[in-house]
Amino acid sequence: MCFEAKRLLKLALGPVLMLTSAVALAYGPEVNQVNMAPGATDVGEQIYDLHMLIFWICTIIGLGVFGVMFYSIIYHRKSKGAVASHFHESTKVEIAWTVVPFLILIGMAVPATSTLLEVYDNDDAELDILVTGYQWKWKYEYISEDGENVTFFSNLRTPQSEIRNTQPKGEHYLLEVDEPLVIPVNTKVRFLITANDVIHSWWVPELAVKRDAIPGFINEAWTRVTTEGVYRGQCAELCGKDHGFMPIVVNVVSSEAYGQWLGDKQVEAAAIRELMAQTFTLDQLMERGEGVYARACLACHGANGEGGVGKAIAGSPIATGDVGPHLEIGINGVPGSAMQAFGGQLNDVDMAAVITYQRNAFGNNMGDMIQPIDVYNHKKG
Amino acid sequence: MGDHHHGPAKGLSRWLFTTNHKDIGTMYLWFSFAMFILGGTFAMIIRAELFQPGLQLVEPAFFNQMTTLHGLVMVFGAIMPSFVGLANWLIPMMIGAPDMALPRMNNWSFWILPPTFLLLASTLFMEGGAPAAGWTFYAPLSTTYAGPSVTFFIFCIHVLGLSSIMGSINIIATVMNMRAPGMTYMKMPLFVWTWLITAFLLVAVMPVLAGCVTMMLMDVHFGTSFFSAAGGGDPVLFQHVFWFFGHPEVYIIILPAFGVVSQIIPAFSRKPLFGYDSMVYATASIAFLSFIVWAHHMYTVGMPVAGELFFMYATMLIAVPTGVKVFNWVTTMWRGSLSFETPMLFSIGFLVLFTIGGFTGLMLSIAPSDFQYHDTYFVVAHFHYVMVAGAVFSMSAAIYFWLPKWCGRMYNETMGKTHFWISFVGFNLAFFPQHFVGLAGMPRRIPDYALQFADFNMLSSIGAFIYGLSQILFLYNVIATIVAGKPVSDPKVWDGAEGLEWTIPTPAPYHTFETPPKIDPAHAHS
Repeated sequence: MCFEAKRLLKLALGPVLMLTSAVALAYGPEVNQVNMAPGATDVGEQIYDLHMLIFWICTIIGLGVFGVMFYSIIYHRKSKGAVASHFHESTKVEIAWTVVPFLILIGMAVPATSTLLEVYDNDDAELDILVTGYQWKWKYEYISEDGENVTFFSNLRTPQSEIRNTQPKGEHYLLEVDEPLVIPVNTKVRFLITANDVIHSWWVPELAVKRDAIPGFINEAWTRVTTEGVYRGQCAELCGKDHGFMPIVVNVVSSEAYGQWLGDKQVEAAAIRELMAQTFTLDQLMERGEGVYARACLACHGANGEGGVGKAIAGSPIATGDVGPHLEIGINGVPGSAMQAFGGQLNDVDMAAVITYQRNAFGNNMGDMIQPIDVYNHKKG
Repeated sequence: MGDHHHGPAKGLSRWLFTTNHKDIGTMYLWFSFAMFILGGTFAMIIRAELFQPGLQLVEPAFFNQMTTLHGLVMVFGAIMPSFVGLANWLIPMMIGAPDMALPRMNNWSFWILPPTFLLLASTLFMEGGAPAAGWTFYAPLSTTYAGPSVTFFIFCIHVLGLSSIMGSINIIATVMNMRAPGMTYMKMPLFVWTWLITAFLLVAVMPVLAGCVTMMLMDVHFGTSFFSAAGGGDPVLFQHVFWFFGHPEVYIIILPAFGVVSQIIPAFSRKPLFGYDSMVYATASIAFLSFIVWAHHMYTVGMPVAGELFFMYATMLIAVPTGVKVFNWVTTMWRGSLSFETPMLFSIGFLVLFTIGGFTGLMLSIAPSDFQYHDTYFVVAHFHYVMVAGAVFSMSAAIYFWLPKWCGRMYNETMGKTHFWISFVGFNLAFFPQHFVGLAGMPRRIPDYALQFADFNMLSSIGAFIYGLSQILFLYNVIATIVAGKPVSDPKVWDGAEGLEWTIPTPAPYHTFETPPKIDPAHAHS
């Protein structure tokens, strides 16, 4: 009881405290945060200042208007014997309250314009990252002038058990991913933003970037983060069933740490290339396939292959039929449906593993194996 | 026809075949209330799921159907038809006309609505469920990636558009041709003015929406690629076309509400409306501006900076005529002789909360800040302050204000005031915290959210349930008034009310102004 009362009091006082102290926030939203985060970029701070400027102007005008109104409500009551005046027009007053707000608006437009021009200044970026929205995950591709691009997908890491309330929810519930975007601090990073299926919107509040990811078009946005840390955001444009489950995590690190990380990623990519030449046992494929399935297929086809947005895999004619059509759907998808082309999303090892898994799990018992070379050959035609 | 004073037909045929503006107005109002309850039920499901983090009651796919249908039913089924109902009842009585200019079309424009919403609601039971791409149904989520129900949805939008266009033509024809002699344009009550301007907006933009959904239909069934980049189209084109309809649409919803409070505030201030002429010009300015600001809903799509600046400046300009209106209402109250019956309470509630919604609207107009607000709960809070506290509060005010005139019985004042205060508290509890979670980073249209947003979401849900329940009190009060309210017979009902509708007997007879009234040429507008 007492605890509840305290909590409610905190809730009620929170807005007042927050607005007066304007605490700098990093690391995602705070509990019961009531105001915009000033963020960790210069542009973010400008936007925050602009937001507060307009807020205070509106507050002052509001106090004036409501002050006059409540004065009338209190003192000009019929029950207090107030007698109505009959004035009903004044050209001078009308002109005044047309011109004065217009001048205030010009005062707002000046800083708004300069901030907007800065947001749009995409030139001279030191690092380009291609961000692609998928239903319901993000793909990041580091575009490199020399050597190979580093590419990976970033999926929600929160387990279904937390979402379905069978396990306690973690601190970063719904705002955690399996593999975050990593960028160096104090570096102008340009994002080239697009989508593979429907429109998404890439938004990290503290980076002050929100840009729609539109299939067939590439949008630009940029950031220069001044403080190292982990920043969290979400897809902002309704993109279907799991719109609420495709978060963004950006890890801002020192230039050295970034270089180290990039090197590791390149080594990892080379290792995958080597794996592609190998032959696996059924057990190895099944084990890898289970993980890939959870990442790439489960959202639509269900934890037990029972189907959902997608068709059932358990007992399906495709998963229990010829390998060719099964591979074809996995790699190239079904055009015009929600089944995406996973050929570009999964490497050949993962594709081989997940197809094998689908053919040998959920009561499907085909006993056959698909090796990375089979995937490679299918892609070649 | 020998008997010019015949009453209504008996039984069901009275309602099916009626061409009487009062009957049609009544049907519109009851229908819109039914849709308000349906759309409200969807809202209750949304708020129940959002009561706590985690998925408890519904699946994400169904949640999206709820947000979509809630928006569609509230906009097209509840708010718009309710104001058409009000227009049907009041415009002929306010301008001294015997009926609407096109009574048979009037009947049809109402009767195509119920089957359309039945069809729309029935998509909930289709395989793949109801439309789930939001009430703004952006392509390609609503085309390539939509279920089979999208075709039914497109058909529904076409019919609703047809109904709105017919209703608007009727209002334009009535106002332009059927004013009593001496009722010049600048003597018309402001409610008539706002509806005349609204009707022109509707006639202008409903065909644009029809074009938009027709392109969707072609993309879904006939292999065109209007909205698909793969075939040479552009998903952003959809948004431009949609919002060319959609932005005027929000003024279509709010302008008649402006008209309503412009009638009620003077009545309970016992003082003429301040700045009538400037109110008319401000309404016309808002209507004009509504055509050139559509892309402020699309600041994040990646428009060139010149376009972004144009739409930002144009949007900011709307604050000027809107400000004029608010200042005029407040000045009307200044040095009046105020009393606070239920219609006045709802009008003052409108004034305060709509102004707050106007302020957040101004904040949203600033493009760089909008990058942080866009598609968050801040936007949800903003448009509920203007749509619910704006349009719905003014509608409640209108019902309490004119119901005694219509049925000759007075509502229960205590119950009316209770309805207001519960609504007011519930509404603010529901929507004020949404500003906070939006600014803190909670996107709209998500079925589940991070733990940091939990407390405010719970408050918001509690507020929404309170607001929802208060409508049951409203329904009870209205029915109790019609059935057994205290009879009133004074034509004026309210001592401060001005206008032709208050010169006819109470309750308003089935036929009014069969001979045009005399308008005192010296008398200003009402």
